[in-house]
Amino acid sequence: MSTATQIPFVEYLRLEPTPHLVANECTSCGARYFDRRNACAACFATDFTPVDIPTEGVVRSFSIITFAAPGVEVPFVAAVIDCGGTSVRANIINCPPDPEHVSLGMNVRLATTVVGTDSAGVEAVNYGFEPA
Amino acid sequence: MSRSDDIWILGIHMTKFGKHPNLDVVDLGAEAIQGALADAGVTMADIGILAAGNLLGSGSIAQQLQKQVGQTGIPAYNVSNACATGATALRTAIMAVKAGEVDMGLAVGVEKLAGAGLLGAGGRAKADNDEWERNGRFGAVGPVDGRIGTESMPGVFAQIGMEYGHKYGGADFELFAKISEKNHAHSTLNPLAAYNKAMSLEQIMNDVMIAYPNTRPMCSANCDGAAAAVVINGEKLKTLSLEQQRRAVKVSASILTSDPWQEACQVLPDVNTLTRSAANQAYEQAGVGPQDLNLVELHDCFATAELVHYDNLMLCEEGGAVDFFESGAAHRDGRLPVNVSGGLQSKGHPISATGIANIWEVCQHVRGEAGDRQIEGAKVGLAHVIGLASACGVHILERSAA
Repeated sequence: MSTATQIPFVEYLRLEPTPHLVANECTSCGARYFDRRNACAACFATDFTPVDIPTEGVVRSFSIITFAAPGVEVPFVAAVIDCGGTSVRANIINCPPDPEHVSLGMNVRLATTVVGTDSAGVEAVNYGFEPA
Repeated sequence: MSRSDDIWILGIHMTKFGKHPNLDVVDLGAEAIQGALADAGVTMADIGILAAGNLLGSGSIAQQLQKQVGQTGIPAYNVSNACATGATALRTAIMAVKAGEVDMGLAVGVEKLAGAGLLGAGGRAKADNDEWERNGRFGAVGPVDGRIGTESMPGVFAQIGMEYGHKYGGADFELFAKISEKNHAHSTLNPLAAYNKAMSLEQIMNDVMIAYPNTRPMCSANCDGAAAAVVINGEKLKTLSLEQQRRAVKVSASILTSDPWQEACQVLPDVNTLTRSAANQAYEQAGVGPQDLNLVELHDCFATAELVHYDNLMLCEEGGAVDFFESGAAHRDGRLPVNVSGGLQSKGHPISATGIANIWEVCQHVRGEAGDRQIEGAKVGLAHVIGLASACGVHILERSAA
């Protein structure tokens, strides 16, 4: 029996042991980045270490996108999640995309969703946040 | 050459904003330049530096415009700074005058945007690859827009407004729509606005939703337009006619900032910190405070953005933007009228022109030449512009004492 091979949609998402996000943290001032930096934008130090980001958080801001570029499925909820002091950009998923079901300050947790399968049978797995 | 710290706007012009199907960017830019030169009472022979901005064009708009209005061999700078491009062009000309390298400078911003559609989101379909392949700085195997938040401007600025609501409360769909209602009401007095029809709160809230809580009329209007300004130092101004001196508008502050590091700025652009910083510097440079302002033109690219800038420009107490608006202060008959031009939601937002057009509006009022929409007795005004990711221009303009 074989299971589909899965890869994370972005490099800062880790699927094992359980899905979570990883940031590059400046060892000098603690600023966190989801991409690579030559120097810390806050303090200019050049050493970074990977840190796990909490998988639970609070919706700090959101917008329900009903009109987007061609090829982008709408509607969806774009949001900023405060995960224990680290801001994360994500969609709110597993939740109806309307202002009755999404609210500022709502508690959410990280969840994953399969984006698609390529010609080699590999599944790309993305993250979002769902109501906790 | 004369060195002088005093900087004045000698002449300024804004074209009609809207659809100009028969004019290209060179035609529009040239119209703005000719208008500004005529308003200043000078010619290209008097100009020592040209700074020009046009984001969607070829990158040499300055030289193209020289060929249209006068090639004199002066240094020409092509500047690009997102929606703050016009203010950056003006700032470039001002720096050259302030440095004493030239007595007079010319800045112009022009854009053809009518029918451009949604900005910031690529504008075309992006497909996944046949086999997953990592790309970009996040090593994504497909397009992230729509899968990890949004890159569309209405959605980004919606979140900027909603974040303010989360922090301080009181900001909801209806409040943002009321801000838009105010600006559309203001636009009825502006013949140069792309749209100058009043809209009821109900019409605004029931219009097409673009990115909650921004409906279509709460978004800046893509349109064509240009604006240009001639700047001069104080010593040179004294050699000109009394009429030129009387109509000159003092640039009491000219500030450009970029966004300093903030915890969340890599996730959602921070338009707050750099605006507050620019405003602080501008008030200090001008020696005036928010309470001294008679009008403000601020960057309402979306209704959700206007709210946060009441606070960032310190027109209200920190956290008090909702109360400030609800008090009626920002209406044209209020204590501190904001966006009496109709703002970007109705006047329109030809991106490179915007950062000079907002200054044109303030100049009209402090010169007492704003016609039907004149704010009576206006002496001091502030113009603010934001370009994403990010640049902020703040200019404070004062009536001439001459």
